[in-house]
Amino acid sequence: MIRETRTIMLDGVGGQGIIMASKILIDGLIQADYDVKSSEVHGMAQRGGSVITQLRYGDRVYSSLVGEGAVDVLFAMEKLEAMRYAHFLKKDGLLLMNEMEIPPASVLTGESSYPGDINERLGALPVKFFPIAAEAKARELGNVRVMNVIMAGALIKLIGLADDLDWSAVVTAAVKPQYKELNLEAFRSGMELVRHSRPQVLVCNR
Amino acid sequence: MLTTKVMLTGNEAVARGAWEAGVGLGIGYPGTPSTEILEALSLKDGPEVCWAVNEKVALEEAYGAAVGGLRAIVTMKHVGLNVAADPLFITAYLGVNGGLVIAAADDPGMHSSQNEQDNRWYALHAKVPMLEPADSEECLRFTKLAFELSERYDVPILLRLVTRTSHAGGLVLLNEEMKYSRIKRDYVPSPRYVTLPGNSRARKKVLERNLAAIVEDESVQTLDLMEITSPEVGIITSGASYNYVKEVFGDSCSVLKLGLVYPLNVNRIREFAGMVRELVVVEELDPYLENNIKAMGIRCEGKKYITSFYELNPQIVAASLANTTLNIPFPSAGSRAEPAAPGPLPGVPARPALLCAGCPHRGFFYMAKKAKLMMTGDIGCYSLGAMPPLEAFEASICMGGGYTMAQGLSLTVPEGQKVFGVMGDSTFFHSGITGALEGIYNGRAFVPVVLDNRITAMTGHQQNPGTGRMMNGAPTLMQEPAVLFKAMGYDPVMQVGAYDLDAIRSAIQTAKMASGKAAIVVKAPCRLIRGVEGGSRRAVHQNQCQDCRLCLRLGCPAISLGEDGKPVIDALSCFGCGICQQVCRHESIYEVAEVRS
Repeated sequence: MIRETRTIMLDGVGGQGIIMASKILIDGLIQADYDVKSSEVHGMAQRGGSVITQLRYGDRVYSSLVGEGAVDVLFAMEKLEAMRYAHFLKKDGLLLMNEMEIPPASVLTGESSYPGDINERLGALPVKFFPIAAEAKARELGNVRVMNVIMAGALIKLIGLADDLDWSAVVTAAVKPQYKELNLEAFRSGMELVRHSRPQVLVCNR
Repeated sequence: MLTTKVMLTGNEAVARGAWEAGVGLGIGYPGTPSTEILEALSLKDGPEVCWAVNEKVALEEAYGAAVGGLRAIVTMKHVGLNVAADPLFITAYLGVNGGLVIAAADDPGMHSSQNEQDNRWYALHAKVPMLEPADSEECLRFTKLAFELSERYDVPILLRLVTRTSHAGGLVLLNEEMKYSRIKRDYVPSPRYVTLPGNSRARKKVLERNLAAIVEDESVQTLDLMEITSPEVGIITSGASYNYVKEVFGDSCSVLKLGLVYPLNVNRIREFAGMVRELVVVEELDPYLENNIKAMGIRCEGKKYITSFYELNPQIVAASLANTTLNIPFPSAGSRAEPAAPGPLPGVPARPALLCAGCPHRGFFYMAKKAKLMMTGDIGCYSLGAMPPLEAFEASICMGGGYTMAQGLSLTVPEGQKVFGVMGDSTFFHSGITGALEGIYNGRAFVPVVLDNRITAMTGHQQNPGTGRMMNGAPTLMQEPAVLFKAMGYDPVMQVGAYDLDAIRSAIQTAKMASGKAAIVVKAPCRLIRGVEGGSRRAVHQNQCQDCRLCLRLGCPAISLGEDGKPVIDALSCFGCGICQQVCRHESIYEVAEVRS
């Protein structure tokens, strides 16, 4: 069976662990024998700006990125960033959002305000919208930094990504040994957060 | 052969290719998106890998190593090649001995750059053959071959990368049993290495002969892909653009992907053009291929359809060619799927890059704005000093330009007024020193300032002559900008702590009034350097605060407007630099006595 090329776009704010989340996904996809390409933007984005990574996988992937309206899954670590890039999604695409707000500079100084209706506006789009409390869960686990791994667990469960793969082994290999148990717990709790959601079949490319 | 499949970025793959080719020297200057090539190479055993003070120096050193018989790779961002252009043009004439590869990374879309110049023109202009890989696998293979070609045809080779090859990950099969083996050719002294007109006249003929020969090289022929799948439309493309074309059209139209983009293989292009009814050129940025192909007398269209602005992607390519008279089927409708929204959602506040909480640049910019200085800036983290609310300088052009543009401006201001120029330590060593010397030489009403944070920060913390360490961590003499200023004749040279606003104010005042040539060094290490410790965090006495909001004008991401309309300081992100406490006029900001975890 031909495996169509899919695109996952990860976004958030510098320091939220997007690189680690995409590493876990990439390592698993390689083990599941997919062709994989990724695309990142570095540089000025490291100084508190938006960070974006795209992952593409399938039997044969040419481009490392797609443009607006062509992403299957948006994996947003922050609410404003979910809204900023929601238009990259295809109609009926999947939007997984961490319920976390990080105000940008203009909000800090009172020049603009953080939108209060993000969930309503994103919920009104023709996409499958899954806001999850990954940040709160990470705090509960005692380390806010693992919210990225929680999100990765939720995503993998939700779309049934390479579901015959031992993802726990992938997570273990990707993190520092001293944080293994914490990350595995985070990963499992991410899967747990979407346990009651029906597995989502991604819109077909053709 | 034991192989493993790994994901490498294009930059890592270039490093691997150079290592497999037995490169003896890797040298360059950091610049997005090229920086990680040398960083990846420096992790491997074998080659000498170092940061040079600038790109021109890097290319000249690499050329020396190549003349001596080593293989050498030079890395830089696209505008770095402007700095290195002088030796670039001449090395093509003189020829190399060991292979010399120049990897220069363009930044279409200007993710982290001041322009989006298309460096393919450099190849044409300097007569230096250029290879353009499309993904990581090609980055490795092309780089390795580039060294052989350089030696075989006695020219340096340009490797053209773009953000979407440098920073794109792709799968590569690595031979795990491969060992590093340094290539060293014999050095034979020869007058050919001396640029005198007589030698250069002779060498130009050799160069033209070699350029004609490289196109016919058998291994070069393998870099091109000619995919004849339809007699209707043929697309000529190269590099990352090829990926977008294949993503959209698959095998539904014929494609010629050029691996060698200078010199162009005229026969190959003519052959391809003869096999299709219509010819389209899909390329990012300038009509480089299109203009050259048209000059061959071959009918084609490119920029008629494809924008020359910013980066391309599959959706832009699909949309550009969809509503034309071209007879192309679109097999991959995915590239034209229906979007979830017609465009960006409105009302999303921007999230621009910011100076970090505790950044040692902030205090000087705040005081400079307060003193209403006329000031020009430069390229680095401190470029952000031009952004609101600091808005401390009015212009910046290029590396080193912060000092020299200020001097030109100084000729336009009233007698007695001085213009300040500001740059960071790495930029000062890169190309600020000559500008500072110019200020003394021509007696300009100019004050040079170095914001010395002891690292090359913006590109991700590289060593430089001021850090006292070479790239491999080995100690070296730690250069002090203040010492260099004094040697040039600046007096007084004032060195102040970056978190001491009174000292900064008085240094600015002294410099404005000085009859001699004053210079200022503002010093504190970047707070992101490992081991740099902050102070005790600050907090706002909510009942004492008069709500004047001066602290908010620092643009510190740790300070925000709280729920009751008064500023609050975030306990987690505060670094404890204390400048907000110095700015506050109502003694409402205080040190929180606690042990930092």
